[in-house]
Amino acid sequence: MKLLHDVRLMFVNNLNHTLKSPVFIFINMFQPLMYLVLYMPLLGGLGSVPGFTGGNTANVFIPGLLVMQAIFGCAFVGFPLIDDIRSGVIHRYLVTPVSRSAIILGKVLRDVVVLLAQCILITLVAIPFGLTLSVPGFLLSLVLYIFIGIIMSCISYSFALIYKVEDSLAPTMNTITLPVSLLSGIFLPLALAPLWLQYLAKINPFSYGVNATRDLFVGNFQSISIFEGFIITGIIAVVMFYWSLHSLKKMAT
Amino acid sequence: MNSDYVIETKRLQKVFVSKVRGEKRQVEAVKGVDLIVKRGQIFGFLGPNGAGKSTTQKVLSTLMRPSSGEVKVLGYDLVRQQDKIRQNVGFVSQVGGADLASTGMENLVLQAQLFGIDAKTAKKSAEEFSQRFQMTSYIDRSASTYSGGQKRRLDIALGMIHHPQLLLLDEPTTGLDPQSRAYLWTEIQALKTDGVTILLTTQYMDEADKLCDTIAIIDHGQIIVQGTPDELKSSVGGDTIVFSFVSSEIACKAEVLLNEHVKLELLQVTDNSIYLTIKDGERTLPDLLRLLDGSGMHVQGVTLSRPSLDDVFLKYTGRSLREDGQKQ
Ligand SMILES: Nc1ncnc2c1ncn2[C@@H]1O[C@H](COP(=O)(O)OP(=O)(O)OP(=O)(O)O)[C@@H](O)[C@H]1O
Ligand SMILES: [Mg+2]
Repeated sequence: MKLLHDVRLMFVNNLNHTLKSPVFIFINMFQPLMYLVLYMPLLGGLGSVPGFTGGNTANVFIPGLLVMQAIFGCAFVGFPLIDDIRSGVIHRYLVTPVSRSAIILGKVLRDVVVLLAQCILITLVAIPFGLTLSVPGFLLSLVLYIFIGIIMSCISYSFALIYKVEDSLAPTMNTITLPVSLLSGIFLPLALAPLWLQYLAKINPFSYGVNATRDLFVGNFQSISIFEGFIITGIIAVVMFYWSLHSLKKMAT
Repeated sequence: MNSDYVIETKRLQKVFVSKVRGEKRQVEAVKGVDLIVKRGQIFGFLGPNGAGKSTTQKVLSTLMRPSSGEVKVLGYDLVRQQDKIRQNVGFVSQVGGADLASTGMENLVLQAQLFGIDAKTAKKSAEEFSQRFQMTSYIDRSASTYSGGQKRRLDIALGMIHHPQLLLLDEPTTGLDPQSRAYLWTEIQALKTDGVTILLTTQYMDEADKLCDTIAIIDHGQIIVQGTPDELKSSVGGDTIVFSFVSSEIACKAEVLLNEHVKLELLQVTDNSIYLTIKDGERTLPDLLRLLDGSGMHVQGVTLSRPSLDDVFLKYTGRSLREDGQKQ
């Protein structure tokens, strides 16, 4: 009960901060929207290429784009946390009885809510571009994006808590986001890739998330990749949460 | 365990390990501090930069684990009963802790709620504190717009909103104007009347002198001397008297005369002035004046000063607190 109480307090506080300048929620979606409008049309005929389970281009491209939003949208949430560490806010929380998990969960929950809004908006914008999706599949996909968002947020928070300076956080997160997104086939299915690249992608947990969401979008619910996607991203999300919690607790030693 | 003891430490030690170019370096910030703070006291830590004042307070607030030693706060074990301590202790750190992205009011309400106070009571408390600290005119603005002193007031209110039994204040008045400082002093004294125990650190002699029941002078991670302000000052020896004369010749003659007639701790002549320290200066001064005047050495001016804590610091560390502070 205390955990719920504390998470609610922290979540509301964090969401308030975000809503004070809601424009950043949209600025944060700029990159995927650019890809949607300026890049996807280039892929025109690709819908019929082997490996495209979805049929038309948008059905293959949009699920990847939403994973991209989850990865890049959450990768840099550690920056405001560094501000809070420097100005003593986190230390102030740490000497109150507030649950330590709630300090992290309040932030992660806010990130998830923002991400959900962004994913729904991007999907709505994509419909005129030919997206035809299975609604239950889309709703289940949202859970996958949440898992991926939690993973990225928690990694970002952990490094923020460990480094405590922006100069180290920025290059670290850049180094992580680019390979994991490219190696998950967010732009093009990895079925098109040479074998060595496909093997490399197999050790990238995000590629399972992308495969799963592509199947979900077209309502291909029998696919084993859906199961794999949920299990793998779900487990990693939990592990990353505990890592960031551990990093927070280590601040007070 | 004496229930009158709000803080009790035995050989409290804190060592930081940091890496300098891949090499591990140790900094012993607190070196075996034994401390007893009784309920209802205002206890002051006085010391130069880097002495270990903040580190000791951070340990007592549960923010840092001690490297070794025993620590009890409010009778609770620092390591095993952190939650009990956190619920009943308020800590205002040197950097503060106000959330600049929120308004002062949002800061206060959330802080109260973190201690389990319900929303309605939290709001009421926050308003009360905003009035008490005269913050009403800016409390609904974003804290990022506050002046240094306004922010400091908010920091302090945040540490007190849950009515702690023990309040740890790390240089609470640094950055406040004289008026706010004086106001905070009365506020701290009022807390004491309410039975709150206060451990504060300061670099200001006058502050320690005015507020504290007990002062510990801390340097290089150790408590060098501890006592009431008066005890400490009288341990320095006598009061300082300065006579000034029309010429240095007269000053020299006066020196000889004084040396013959009274037992002086220290006598120094510079130009046409004589500095001397003497026990019980207030009572001896009239006698000395009569003696000098009677021998035809006309005294032009005289000052008598009681020893200050600065003199205390000088005596026990061989350095002046102010000089030391400036060097770093
Ligand atoms: N995290 C840390 N890692 C390494 N050394 C540290 C750390 N924190 C403090 N120190 C060192 O411990 C010593 C004591 O620091 P502390 O902050 O307690 O001093 P202080 O008495 O509060 O000084 P000031 O008056 O400047 O606030 C200093 O030498 C400081 O550099
Ligand atoms: Mg300090």
